[in-house]
Amino acid sequence: MIVADKKPIEEIIEEVKNNEKILILGCNECVTVCEAGGKKEVGVLASALRMYFLNQSKEVKIDEITLERQCDHEYLEEIRDVMDQYDAVVSIACGVGVQFMAEKYHSTPIYPGVDTCFLGVTEERGLWTERCQACGHCILASTGGICPIARCAKRVLNGPCGGSAKGKCEIDKEIDCAWQLIIDRLEALDRLDEYEALCPLKDWSTDRAGGPRKVVREDVQQ
Amino acid sequence: MRLQYPSNIKIILIPCTGKVDVLYILRAFEKGADGVYVVGCLEGDCFFNNGNFRARKRVEQAQKILDAIGVGGERAQMYNLSSSEAPRFVQIAIEMDEKIRALGPNPIKAAKQKAA
Ligand code: SF4
Ligand code: SF4
Repeated sequence: MIVADKKPIEEIIEEVKNNEKILILGCNECVTVCEAGGKKEVGVLASALRMYFLNQSKEVKIDEITLERQCDHEYLEEIRDVMDQYDAVVSIACGVGVQFMAEKYHSTPIYPGVDTCFLGVTEERGLWTERCQACGHCILASTGGICPIARCAKRVLNGPCGGSAKGKCEIDKEIDCAWQLIIDRLEALDRLDEYEALCPLKDWSTDRAGGPRKVVREDVQQ
Repeated sequence: MRLQYPSNIKIILIPCTGKVDVLYILRAFEKGADGVYVVGCLEGDCFFNNGNFRARKRVEQAQKILDAIGVGGERAQMYNLSSSEAPRFVQIAIEMDEKIRALGPNPIKAAKQKAA
């Protein structure tokens, strides 16, 4: 899933301080799971903002809506009828949701209420870690299912580098060396011989180096 | 033991302090409470293991938010005591009452009255 973290309330106040009718818009998917932008967080942010503005003697209307997703037309359309009631929206979906909202509701400012961080997993409640950088051409088949692009600080494809020590990365002793993990896994799979095979140069044009990307699937288009 | 504690304190019963959410605390202030304190079992004595630890974290989260919006984080507090400590319960109630009186009324309450 997409992992996001809450923005400090002070930053959100700064974004919307000049607005009078604000919609706080949550998303029921990824950001709900990482407890940054779901219905509950919408409630907390809305309550905090209501009190902030009251305390400033400003009359500001703050409403709460949480959509199923903010990255699909159909859900964003659900609020078309009420959008004219607001002069700003704080979207606490990921950056994708914020932007799709902004594209759809062109004349209403849409402010981000979370910091979108990475594609990752819930290791335990309150701990999310990165797993994938969406490079556009997955090489996990040859790396024992562990991604050296997302999990190696240097994105080394034929690792480890000289900084790997006792299974940890030289940038931080808390971070596992991705290549140590890869070797351990290949060993567990009894496929250590694959480690000897050189990983060919990676075509980075499918990564961000090729500019904004798109997936076109004519087979499912209507 | 029938002890007196400040009569302005409204007690809301919950099965475990682990049920307390940040939103409950914020809503109480939004509705005009001058202070909110959560009284949980002693640390290590939670029937559900960590309900009172969770409550403490949520109180801390609420404190941060209350500070950020100018209401004042010290208006929310967490206390731990055992159910057999009635005198301590009274002592905490008095302590909280005094603390909040020193801070004055919840500014939101006044702002709301003005807006109405
Ligand atoms: S808007 Fe973002 S957070 Fe919500 S479902 Fe889509 S990708 Fe996930
Ligand atoms: S190789 Fe690319 S697509 Fe596969 S997990 Fe790593 S970053 Fe993601």
